[in-house]
Amino acid sequence: MFFKNVKRPWFLIFALVILVLGLVACGGGAATTTEEPAAEEPAAQEAAPTQEEPMAEEPAAEQPVAAGLESDAAQVKSEFFSQEQYDRSMRQMTMTPEGPADQPWIQMLDNPEMVDTSQYAKEGPYTFCFSNAGVNNPWRVVGWTTMQAEADLHPEIAELIHVDAEGSDEKQIADIADLVASGNCDVLIVSPNTTAALTPAIEQACEQLPVVVFDRGVFTDCPVSFVQPIGGYAFGEAGARYIIDNCSEDCNVLALRILPGVDVLEERWAAAKLAFEDAPGINVIGVEFGDGDNAKVKSIVTDYLDRFGRIDAVWMDAGATAVAALEAFEDAGQPYPIIVGEDQQDFLVKWQENNLSGIAPTFPTFQWRTPIIAALHIMNGEEVPAVWRLPQPVITNENLDQYVQPNMPPLHYAMCGCENMPDFPERWGGTQ
Amino acid sequence: MAQISTPAQERSLWDRFIIGLRNIAPIYIVLILLLIGIGTQNPTFLEPAGFLNLLRRAAPLMVLTAGQLFVIVTGGFDLSGGSLMSLTVIGASLLINNDPANTWWAILVLFGIGILVGLLNGVIVSYLNVPSLIATLGMLLALRGAGLYWTGGAPRGYLTDNFRMFGRGWLEPFPVIERFPYAVLVLIVVSAAAIYLFNQTNLGRQLLAVGDNPRASRLAGISVEKLRIIAFVLSAITAVIAGILQGGFGGVNPDAGEGYELQAISAAVLGGAVLLGGRGSMGAAIAGALALEALFTLLNLLGLPKPLRDAVQGLIIIGAVAYAAYRSRRTR
Repeated sequence: MFFKNVKRPWFLIFALVILVLGLVACGGGAATTTEEPAAEEPAAQEAAPTQEEPMAEEPAAEQPVAAGLESDAAQVKSEFFSQEQYDRSMRQMTMTPEGPADQPWIQMLDNPEMVDTSQYAKEGPYTFCFSNAGVNNPWRVVGWTTMQAEADLHPEIAELIHVDAEGSDEKQIADIADLVASGNCDVLIVSPNTTAALTPAIEQACEQLPVVVFDRGVFTDCPVSFVQPIGGYAFGEAGARYIIDNCSEDCNVLALRILPGVDVLEERWAAAKLAFEDAPGINVIGVEFGDGDNAKVKSIVTDYLDRFGRIDAVWMDAGATAVAALEAFEDAGQPYPIIVGEDQQDFLVKWQENNLSGIAPTFPTFQWRTPIIAALHIMNGEEVPAVWRLPQPVITNENLDQYVQPNMPPLHYAMCGCENMPDFPERWGGTQ
Repeated sequence: MAQISTPAQERSLWDRFIIGLRNIAPIYIVLILLLIGIGTQNPTFLEPAGFLNLLRRAAPLMVLTAGQLFVIVTGGFDLSGGSLMSLTVIGASLLINNDPANTWWAILVLFGIGILVGLLNGVIVSYLNVPSLIATLGMLLALRGAGLYWTGGAPRGYLTDNFRMFGRGWLEPFPVIERFPYAVLVLIVVSAAAIYLFNQTNLGRQLLAVGDNPRASRLAGISVEKLRIIAFVLSAITAVIAGILQGGFGGVNPDAGEGYELQAISAAVLGGAVLLGGRGSMGAAIAGALALEALFTLLNLLGLPKPLRDAVQGLIIIGAVAYAAYRSRRTR
């Protein structure tokens, strides 16, 4: 073969080796230097230097050092935390919503201010236009299917024009401009890709026609109605609280996040972190990003099980990979942890089958029905809430059974509010 | 070369040691050092069960790299491997449709799809003269789109236990270590087959010749087009195997193979393969894949954030290619 006659100076072999080791060493050095400023952040932003975290205690000699809440992945940037909204979310979780309990998508929380829409009243049939941030994950697939089914319920909606921004701010800004310029839209529904980038585009659209924004927010109150469930803080806090209440003293918690920098996900973690910091006996052994990838999450959990020998609870900022995390325990022959998931069917089925101790906060997909209903109210000149705050149900051990639907696909979200719609379950990929 | 011409019995022990070292591809030494690094961070990885777990996790990438090397030595790239892996996982969930009885024919269908994709890649590159980078990039997008269209964005079914066995299950009981992962068994079989094909058959030698000098190979009577097609088909078959392993390990995930094509190319380069073809070693490429996975594990154990991990990976690839270029310049 080729290598037989090649003269290979042996020092070069070691040059590459030294390169690799050097890179690893550099990487290690860089990580330690970035840790220090990061560790100062929470103290600065929360203005609570008195809170010494339990992690600061000396780890036992044989115990591996856990970066836990001090690690880079655990930090929350101040732009992603608002004490006012946190308090508002916590308050709203305890409220009873107005409206029919069996139709949470038309329920409202917190006594909203109603807006007069008589200026927009119009005879049908209507053309609704929808600028969608993307259909790029199963949650959005279920939501979009549900929205179409809602539009089909109303014969006065002649057409629902859907433009998919494919997760790009630039495309969505152009999409909104095109929809407005076409002059075909009676009302514009927007699910913004990111908050700040889409604000000017939506402000411009507001000048031309009534706008309904839902799912993610914008920095303007020009939309006639803004539809959103309680939000990320409530989601994150519910899972963390369950762990704190149900895990005994000296509880090893592994926190798994998808990726940094997305407001709804940052809010979930910010709330959980606040709860964990205050809780005695909670030992956050790690905060890791799994990219929403099953294989990666499973590897991370396996490594932590190896390092720490025992994980008592797993907190997650989104449930898509909850089953993969549980499988890591199965493969390692370890008992299941207390688990925080979401309303995805694969997780609910596993939870029920194994009698797990779990909880599933939800960001309900039934919220995709509400903007269509709000837009119809506007077309009829009826009052709508300026901020339509939807309830955010939590699935618990007690009500789990009513949400498990083995006939639905593994990535179907149970909180779709779509069970009584025509063509259920086939339209959502299920079987009778 | 003076030492090499010296009769063996006259060499000192040290000289023999140095000569022995020279005949080992550098990646093996890098791999051993990485494993030692992992061992210092977490000794459980060097126990049999821990090491098998590392191999099980690395198996999809190692298998994919073996296929990728067949294409790389002919002077091409196969960028479609990762999305073919994803399509395999999505397709399996749809075809099996929650009924374990469907698993076996579904796997056959998936291999059929893989072979078709490989044939298409090969024909486009060989007969339409589209550069492989472009042809397989197009295939990457086409397969990703096909997967999305097929499922409507989200997979429709679970993967049954008998499908997942290959990536997740264990051979039990197994002497000494109690249980042995099927994925590692698959890895051993695929690696052995790839090394045999590459080193012991005419096919392997001809693939190298095609990459080294296609014109000379053609003049020597080698069917360059046919060989390129075979290389792409082999690569596609390993992508399907990698997809089955990955789906088995992690479960249904529409992005199961994302990014794997570049990792496989990186691994082959780390193993000493030359990107313009004509040079490469199968064993070293597969070891390169394990080294890459070991590197990720080590960076993880060191607690480095992901962006830094990506940067380190990039620097290492550049370093490896620079070293290979330096070496080939010296030997000329």
